[in-house]
Amino acid sequence: MSGKYKKVAYYPGCALEGSGHAYNRSTKAVGKSLGLDLVELKNWNCCGAMEVKNIDPKLQTYLSARNLSIAEDMGFDTVMAPCNGCYHNLKKAEYDLANDQPSKEVNTRLSEKAGHKTYESGKVETIHALDWIKHSVGEDGIRERVKNSLSGLKVANYYGCMYTRPRHIFPEKDKGPGTESTSKPHFMDEILAAAGAENVDYPLKTACCGGAHALSDSDTSTKLVLNLLETAEACGADVIATECPTCHTGLEMHQVRAEKVLGRKTSVKILYFTQLLGMAMGLKPKTVGVNENFSNAMPLIKEKGLA
Amino acid sequence: MTDSAVMSIEDVRNRADAIVAASDETLARDAVAVADEFLAMGEAVLVAWLTAKGAEPTDAEVEGFRLLALHRQGAKDDPSFNACRETAREIVYHRNLVLHDPASPGVASTLRLGAMVVRHLALFIGGKLEEAGLGDFCCSSRPVRQAEMLKPIAETA
Repeated sequence: MSGKYKKVAYYPGCALEGSGHAYNRSTKAVGKSLGLDLVELKNWNCCGAMEVKNIDPKLQTYLSARNLSIAEDMGFDTVMAPCNGCYHNLKKAEYDLANDQPSKEVNTRLSEKAGHKTYESGKVETIHALDWIKHSVGEDGIRERVKNSLSGLKVANYYGCMYTRPRHIFPEKDKGPGTESTSKPHFMDEILAAAGAENVDYPLKTACCGGAHALSDSDTSTKLVLNLLETAEACGADVIATECPTCHTGLEMHQVRAEKVLGRKTSVKILYFTQLLGMAMGLKPKTVGVNENFSNAMPLIKEKGLA
Repeated sequence: MTDSAVMSIEDVRNRADAIVAASDETLARDAVAVADEFLAMGEAVLVAWLTAKGAEPTDAEVEGFRLLALHRQGAKDDPSFNACRETAREIVYHRNLVLHDPASPGVASTLRLGAMVVRHLALFIGGKLEEAGLGDFCCSSRPVRQAEMLKPIAETA
């Protein structure tokens, strides 16, 4: 096990305290099961998400930088953010503070006004939950710990659009073997394969889920999600594994809406990759928050011997 | 073979739906032609977006494909457009898979998946057009929300 990520600062973000609570619960449970330590940032704030970023991108940079500043104050050089939106925003802040002087000036001014240390780029590395597990435990470490293999479970790994885009804010990706790819991400595939899952070749693994349209144009979101679900089923998947609370919630809610509004029923299940991994480690479905999901995956979980 | 010059986004979606619903025999019989349609359909979607935005769609190619050049043109100064970057590349990939081995026993399945990827591009761009108030683009720009926007606020409130 790599010591580097054994103990990291943890930034759950707002969604993991609400609609994505099952992701928060399962991430913590998996970390504990794997012998990894997560130390939650004290007094963290919203990363600026989509709302602030759309109105004032420099304010979003400051909001994310404040969280990085807290991590640094707590003595960490790494912060793990499981939510794709938070992960993306923290990475973007890091990039902007290194490359955009006006963003740096706004961050300095607002940090001084708020009375905390100004974050400077390069002090704290932001990683995703996938990086955290892949680089601290790795596939061999997972294989050693599997108690209930995911064998026989066909999984479509869905990464969403913010985990790899835009490429320039992820300088550590696309560096060859062992690193993540922005065009064909594979960390989740490798982690779940190590837990025994049979990954299907899912062509929409980084396609848009319509999350940004969810409130302004629900019909577009429903059609996009329906296409994601039907394509996963066409690939033979039993489950879509997610790594983003926005995608996950969208898939679950629009699966129901697609049936009600469009009369198109799909039966593929939706689970966070941490829930699948946790159950493979022998954790109970409730421990990884399966009961908090909107869609009912319990019949499949029982059928596959994971409960 | 579909003519991308006259296809609207709705046409593309309907054609994609038809490919998904087609029998294995039908798809296998015309595998190469259907695979080539993917490129035309994808191009039609991106041309609709670029034209609605007032740009002149490029005839250039990237890595041998106009589809990828059109995507690159759409993404210029619009980073969020990259949310369909891999979707465009997957269209090319599925087309190439079929051309590589059109007699493969799995060709119908590959064509259906390719059509689903094309459908995703059409849905994504169609949604962006609606969000931008530009509407579907057929013979002329047709803002789908024009009537709604022209109403006095008191009427729409």
